[in-house]
Amino acid sequence: MQPPASTMPDADDILRVEDLKVHFPITRGAVFRRQAGAVRAVDGVTFTLARGETLGVVGESGCGKSTTGLAIARMVTPTAGRIAFEGVDITDFDQDHMRPLRRRMQMVYQDPYGSLNPRMKVRDIIAEPLEVHGIAGGRAALKERIAASMAMTGLAPAMADRYPHEFSGGQRQRIGIARALVLEPSLVICDEPVSALDVSIQAQIVNLFVDLRDRLGLSYIFIAHDLAVVRHISHRIAVMYLGRIVEIARRDDLYRDPLHPYTKALMAAIPIPDPELEATRPRQIVQGEPPSATGPRVGCAFHRRCPAAMPRCAQEDPVLMGTPGERAVACHLHD
Amino acid sequence: MSDIALAPPARAPSWEFLTRLVRDKPLGAICGVVCVLFLLCGVFADVLAPYGFNQISPLNRLKPPSWAFPFGTDNLGRDMLSRCIYGARMSVIIGFSAAALATAVSVTIGVLCAWLGGWFDMLVQRFVDAWMSFPELIVLIVVVSVLGPGMGQIIVVLGLALGIAGSRIIRGAVLSVRQTMYVHAAQSIGAKSRRIVWRHLLPNVMAPVIVLFTNRVGTAILAESGLSFLGFGVPPPAPTWGAMLSGSGRAYMYQGPWLALAPGLCLTIVVFAISMFGDALRDLLDPRMRGSR
Repeated sequence: MQPPASTMPDADDILRVEDLKVHFPITRGAVFRRQAGAVRAVDGVTFTLARGETLGVVGESGCGKSTTGLAIARMVTPTAGRIAFEGVDITDFDQDHMRPLRRRMQMVYQDPYGSLNPRMKVRDIIAEPLEVHGIAGGRAALKERIAASMAMTGLAPAMADRYPHEFSGGQRQRIGIARALVLEPSLVICDEPVSALDVSIQAQIVNLFVDLRDRLGLSYIFIAHDLAVVRHISHRIAVMYLGRIVEIARRDDLYRDPLHPYTKALMAAIPIPDPELEATRPRQIVQGEPPSATGPRVGCAFHRRCPAAMPRCAQEDPVLMGTPGERAVACHLHD
Repeated sequence: MSDIALAPPARAPSWEFLTRLVRDKPLGAICGVVCVLFLLCGVFADVLAPYGFNQISPLNRLKPPSWAFPFGTDNLGRDMLSRCIYGARMSVIIGFSAAALATAVSVTIGVLCAWLGGWFDMLVQRFVDAWMSFPELIVLIVVVSVLGPGMGQIIVVLGLALGIAGSRIIRGAVLSVRQTMYVHAAQSIGAKSRRIVWRHLLPNVMAPVIVLFTNRVGTAILAESGLSFLGFGVPPPAPTWGAMLSGSGRAYMYQGPWLALAPGLCLTIVVFAISMFGDALRDLLDPRMRGSR
């Protein structure tokens, strides 16, 4: 599984995200609403994604990785920053403007049980994107496209008349992928697509994603909460912490030599698939919780939990520095 | 995995549905039959009733049930069976019309409030709060007093009253479906509101809608009976179960208990049957229940 060499950001970038911020207001009062504060779910995220590239986004719960995905798909409104998809600035697009672009940008969801309408047959679930965009064609053409999409994702087209509850979790996730791919998108935002699956099924689904990318030339934003899952599929990996990217690097560089202490901690949390080695491996457990996303940001967000914290870390917020598209880290150890 | 590909056998959906109804929900099936009989009674009252509802037989006053008069006769010598059958007609018309109107009102208000949200939801729900603080019967009595008694008034007032109150249930159901990932997925595909409402929200709130409808049929029939009992119902001599209970049924309770028993039992059985049939329908129409019991 050799990633293609073309991971440099160039004119062929499918997605550019610049200083993206998504703040959710906290309101008080039922009648006279006033803003009491804001949850800074995403607080300045910048990256680019090349055509055919996969960016893995990892981080613990609440670090803003899913919100980043939702903002790119314009399912939430960014507070600040810019998002350019295929060269078009979509930051301020409303839903009507987004509709034609949604053909090219699809989502795959975490929960394979909740993301399929239990009252619709698989056929209708996969047909829906085609109908919404008015490219269904005749009945025969529609049927053929559904069958092709199902076959591509490893589902037997004969199962099209079944309901979602008749399938296993892995099969349901295949249905979700078939729904996303039937429009032939160029970018697929995968929001923890394997987190809800059994470990044995996870590998199958990740392999399916890799296979489809290579066949269809897809670009992925692949969100996950551990580094083990994204390793196989990603060309580059962004590690997020409290609404920001703390380290972004090519996959092999990141795994060989993680720079940020948080990345190191995540790396140390990957279990070794050998019980004896696993029992003896040194553990580095990150203590405590991430700081509140509502309070003021003082110093590095990770300094209270960081094993390598210096006095400077409590006062000065590190910025992401390095070569764009190559490697960048936000840590005073690597200034 | 994917190699268990077996196409489901072709079948006639309606026949399969009936088979499942009888097999999985025997009580629901029996209640369904009762509902159909009740409907037929209402529709074919003219043919089925052995006597006219106002046909007086002075020689047979206050007769207990017999072969000639299965439900007995009342104080004027009218056949109670015939009056109950004609009463079913009034109950069918009022019960189903008012329940249909009520359900339509509930679904419209509930879906609009839950889907649009914001100030619209806020305003409408405060109005619903205010409306729900009035007992329905009081509203009915006021309207009937002002407009005069009549079936039309009763249907419209009952439909609106029950519909506004029931909108809460539908609103709650839609709010929870709205949060689901498949609605989110439909939005991310680019589906418009109309499509989301028709394809995703409504099919997934069918369970409460069916229960609401069957519950409202029973409530409307009972409310009409209550009104007739109080003397605000469909004006005599039209026979309604409520009027029969309150009129001769109450006056001659000791001399002829069948006068109250006949319409009372009709009312009880029909309301129970509609409610149970509705529950069975709700379970069977859910694709997740298929193949399980």
